[in-house]
Amino acid sequence: MFLDVKDYDSKTLNDMLRKAKEDCSITGCCGQRFIAAGISNNHITIDGIPGNALGAYLNGASITVHANAQDAVGDTMNAGKIVVHGSIGDTAGYAMRGGKIFVKGNAGYRAGIHMKAYRDKVPVLVIGGTAGSFLGEYQAGGVIVVLGLHAKNQKIVGNFPCTGMHGGKLFLRSDCRDITFPTQVTSRLPEPEELEELCTYISEYCALFGYDTSEILSSPFTVVTPDSHNPYKQMYVAN
Amino acid sequence: MKLEGQVRIPSGCAIAAVISKEGNKMSGEGIRNAMKPMHDRSNGLGGGFAGYGIYPEYKDFYALHLFFDQRATRKSCEAFLKERFEIVKSEMIPTRKIPAITDEPIIWRYFVSPLKSTLASLQLDEKEFVARTVMEINTEFKGAYVFSSGKNMGTFKAVGFPEDVGSFYRLEEYQGYSWTAHGRYPTNTPGWWGGAHPFTLLDWSIVHNGEISSYDANRRFIEMFGYKCNLQTDTEVITYIMDYLLRVQGLSLEEAASVIAAPFWSTIERKTDIEDKQKHIYLRTLFSSLLITGPFSIVLGYNGGLMALNDRLKLRSMVVGEKDDKIYIASEEAAIRTMEPNAKHIWAPSGGEPVIIQVKDGAY
Repeated sequence: MFLDVKDYDSKTLNDMLRKAKEDCSITGCCGQRFIAAGISNNHITIDGIPGNALGAYLNGASITVHANAQDAVGDTMNAGKIVVHGSIGDTAGYAMRGGKIFVKGNAGYRAGIHMKAYRDKVPVLVIGGTAGSFLGEYQAGGVIVVLGLHAKNQKIVGNFPCTGMHGGKLFLRSDCRDITFPTQVTSRLPEPEELEELCTYISEYCALFGYDTSEILSSPFTVVTPDSHNPYKQMYVAN
Repeated sequence: MKLEGQVRIPSGCAIAAVISKEGNKMSGEGIRNAMKPMHDRSNGLGGGFAGYGIYPEYKDFYALHLFFDQRATRKSCEAFLKERFEIVKSEMIPTRKIPAITDEPIIWRYFVSPLKSTLASLQLDEKEFVARTVMEINTEFKGAYVFSSGKNMGTFKAVGFPEDVGSFYRLEEYQGYSWTAHGRYPTNTPGWWGGAHPFTLLDWSIVHNGEISSYDANRRFIEMFGYKCNLQTDTEVITYIMDYLLRVQGLSLEEAASVIAAPFWSTIERKTDIEDKQKHIYLRTLFSSLLITGPFSIVLGYNGGLMALNDRLKLRSMVVGEKDDKIYIASEEAAIRTMEPNAKHIWAPSGGEPVIIQVKDGAY
């Protein structure tokens, strides 16, 4: 189904997407919010700039954006896949608890803030370019990968990464000598099984955006994990 | 009606700006349209615009825009103005009656020049005199409010959604080289015409998305220097802070940005450029009470330029784009694309990183 949404507001557009029984191709998008919020099925392709909270609460549908996306992409996303061929704004993957987000370009501040995981629900956020400050703030679970492609002289991540991180994992394609991490996390070289895991995410990224997997993997990676499995143990209850 | 300061309403906002580095004029229609895709960021309780270069025929006169509650207030305020200024022109600001904008106050503008004799006897320079007069009217005249007081620029604001406010003030009839815009979602005060953005003093104007938590600390400090925060809204204090730092203290825009969005001590500590490090330590120490904390993205307009700035933690979104001679700034890329579908180099400045755009000399 083709939808020219130039004159539609967020609500009208989302009502149509919810009722759709087939894949949808949207053109003329300009700032409509909450696109595909909570949707379980179909593939949605977007031309133009989707508004904030694209794919919020997404529950299994897949979304492809051919331009940049704004703030809070995949907010509290549960399952599905979001692919952005440009860059994304702040707080991408906010409180994401499942599914995957692939961004070809850069991410703004607070990417992966408060991501979480539970059993087989492990959210994955892959950023091809650089990430802003406070990457993985309060991260509680899931996996964030930052590749720093085309970063040139720019740092792969801004200031204060992993502030308050207490779960999950962060891969950075860098030796991270110029990055200061907080004391409650450990940055180290990935173990072989972690590299294997990383390889699956990078293969998927490369398939989507046309990069060479082995070339990307030929650079050194750093993995960051919180020191304690349960840092708040016995803080409130005797567990 | 309850005014600012009498009630607190808990609650985002939208900002946008465009400037031509060559000083090329644009009608206000473009900036008005930019606010449309960000409609949901406002709640209809305030919208406003500032245009620069819009009064070329009166460019040597201060353009005072005033709200009055009634005719008698206007008459007494005009008598006050006549004692202090030569008024070369006074008129109602042209508006358009539209259903979306109601309960408008009496809205006038005056093109004025301070009386030389008055300046001489008070031993004040022109700008200081105008600033003090604005403070005096806004404090002493019940029912009168100066909402714009710069040369060759003007603000236009009202209660309503920004696109309606733009239509109400017939912005398409003005030509400016720089425009800023705001859609309001009041957080702490009720929506009153005076409380809409931009907030201005002289040619400084501020549009602000956010809610600063250091308001009272900032207010207590700035009021020691003759400023009066009459509206109890956080943006008003930012405007006075910028006037104080830039005009009174003579800081550069970059330095002023380092005061209000100062880097963390830990970030300053890591600086390798010793001179730069010492400067930041100096600024943070000397103007510690002017550090603005809490979320903000602002655009400061002034004659000949714009500065965009995010709080140091970047708790609000702001993107910048460009095309040919023009630079675009907005809370959302969608707004930039509405003004210029083919804008290039869309990027988001870091927290505390000022983006300063200056019109080339002689072009404004």
